[in-house]
Amino acid sequence: MTRMAATRDGYGDALLALADNPKVVVLEADLGKSTKSLHFRKAHPERTVSCGIGEQNMLLVGAGLASSGYIPFASTFAIFTERAFEQMRNGIARPNLAVHLCGSHGGTHTGTDGSSAQSIEDLAIYRTLPNVVVMHPCDDVSTKELTMQLPGLGKPSYMRTARNKTPVLYEGKEEQIKIGKGITLVEGNDVAIIACGVLVHEAMEAAKSLQSEGINATVVDMHTIKPLDTELLDSLSAKCGAIVTAEDHSIIGGLGGAVAEHIVTKHPVPMEKIGVHDRFGESAGSEEMLEMMGLKSHHISDAVKKVIARKA
Amino acid sequence: MTGMSISELEEMARKCRIEICKMTHRAQAGHPGGSLSEIDILCALYGHRLRARNDDPDWEDRDRFILSKGHASPGMYAVLAEMGFISHADLETYRVKGGVCQGHVDMKWCPGVDFSAGSLGMGLSYGMGCSIAAKIDGSKRNAYVMVGDGEIQEGSIWEAAMAAAHHELGNLKLFVDCNGIQNDDFCEAQMRMFDIPAKWNAFGWAVKVIDGHNMNEIVGAIDWMDTVTDKPAVVIAKTIKGKGVSFMENNPAFHGAAPSDEQLAIALSELGVKA
Repeated sequence: MTRMAATRDGYGDALLALADNPKVVVLEADLGKSTKSLHFRKAHPERTVSCGIGEQNMLLVGAGLASSGYIPFASTFAIFTERAFEQMRNGIARPNLAVHLCGSHGGTHTGTDGSSAQSIEDLAIYRTLPNVVVMHPCDDVSTKELTMQLPGLGKPSYMRTARNKTPVLYEGKEEQIKIGKGITLVEGNDVAIIACGVLVHEAMEAAKSLQSEGINATVVDMHTIKPLDTELLDSLSAKCGAIVTAEDHSIIGGLGGAVAEHIVTKHPVPMEKIGVHDRFGESAGSEEMLEMMGLKSHHISDAVKKVIARKA
Repeated sequence: MTGMSISELEEMARKCRIEICKMTHRAQAGHPGGSLSEIDILCALYGHRLRARNDDPDWEDRDRFILSKGHASPGMYAVLAEMGFISHADLETYRVKGGVCQGHVDMKWCPGVDFSAGSLGMGLSYGMGCSIAAKIDGSKRNAYVMVGDGEIQEGSIWEAAMAAAHHELGNLKLFVDCNGIQNDDFCEAQMRMFDIPAKWNAFGWAVKVIDGHNMNEIVGAIDWMDTVTDKPAVVIAKTIKGKGVSFMENNPAFHGAAPSDEQLAIALSELGVKA
């Protein structure tokens, strides 16, 4: 039986593991219980800063700490990080201060809280900022591993985690996980499905069902959206000749946007995008949301057939 | 670098006022009004108190100074030149391609600048981060921040005000440059702020109100800030926008407008420059 876990738990575990570094500090905006920074807070209250319900202040307190030699990890819900976008832009990205921002409960998968809590644009907006690394891992192991690598990054980052549990893919395979390097989970020559976050699991399901129909898909976990693994993308364009991207995020500007922007300038191939089609979500369970938004494995399979039909 | 006398500080401020007028005139852009209102406080802070090294501007244990009203950069650059962080020749690069004196103060471009400001409402939060870092380090260094009175209309200022008091940041020191004018008009017309000292007091800060152009009062207020160690301290400085140049004084037109050739000549004459 596959172990199930939430990516936000991987983030919380990583912070605790990083605590041996005395320069690591944690910033909270009253959601540490949810983003899972609470474990660090309990163990190291002297290096945890409560910023109350004040995200704009939190990010710039992080900037001040980073400029003074500390390695700040700030977290709140993905949607509330957006309130401090300009602080991230002007106070963190512009002076290139290594503040690490984690937005939990990202995507429509977050579920019944409804559209006000379902960030579907975070990856797009942070991707536009120079210096900022943008990640959206798919399981707790890779979330922990990527977070553990952040103190060595030397630049700011945004990581989206998810609220709900998903299958664990990388148990014992931590060495595969590197910031900026996509991971090929399934090899196939007919199409490349490039996914991030929760949709990596849907992509795996789709590949399995496609195989029974004689279609061999490559599946890539593109956990780092910026910098994008363009070397891998170029090889996939050449090998498969068709690409489907899949993300629990708007089809505007996220992983699909990033992939499209690259391949049109380098090695254009037919492409389809699975994502939220320029609309807001609503209250429903996680699986119901994926179905409603067109993000399930059968939607991916349909997109694969469509894109293969477009191959020259 | 500290310990200048009152008369020396006053003379430094006069020289800086001349540079502010020259810089904005040369660039035919920039913000002379708010630079002239803040300049006496900046000179007092750097000349009397701030622990910083012009030969080692990145010294880790320096006091921080964050000009949150980062558009009032000519004042900051003039002080940095007087204090030897940059050269007077550098002042000629204000708003010029490749120059250390970027339009708004920028830590990536100019030695001695501790934060890249220019977007209002950000510096106090950043200063709070510097204060917390000093506390964790066990250092006695302070973080000084200056905001404008118009700037405190930004909601994020009050997030920081509440948080700094909650964390009892006795090493965080704020100046509010109350010159009464913002971009479009007088603050009274744009957004009345009512009792500013009472607001800071209600947020849990130690508060002192001074005349921001009286060097004795400014130095006294900086010394008073040192005595406050259990909470953040704020000096509310009543100032005059454009102070020292008659036609700029209390004139909203000179928030973000440069003097013409004729106006520069008048300004320099008023500031004691012999023709």
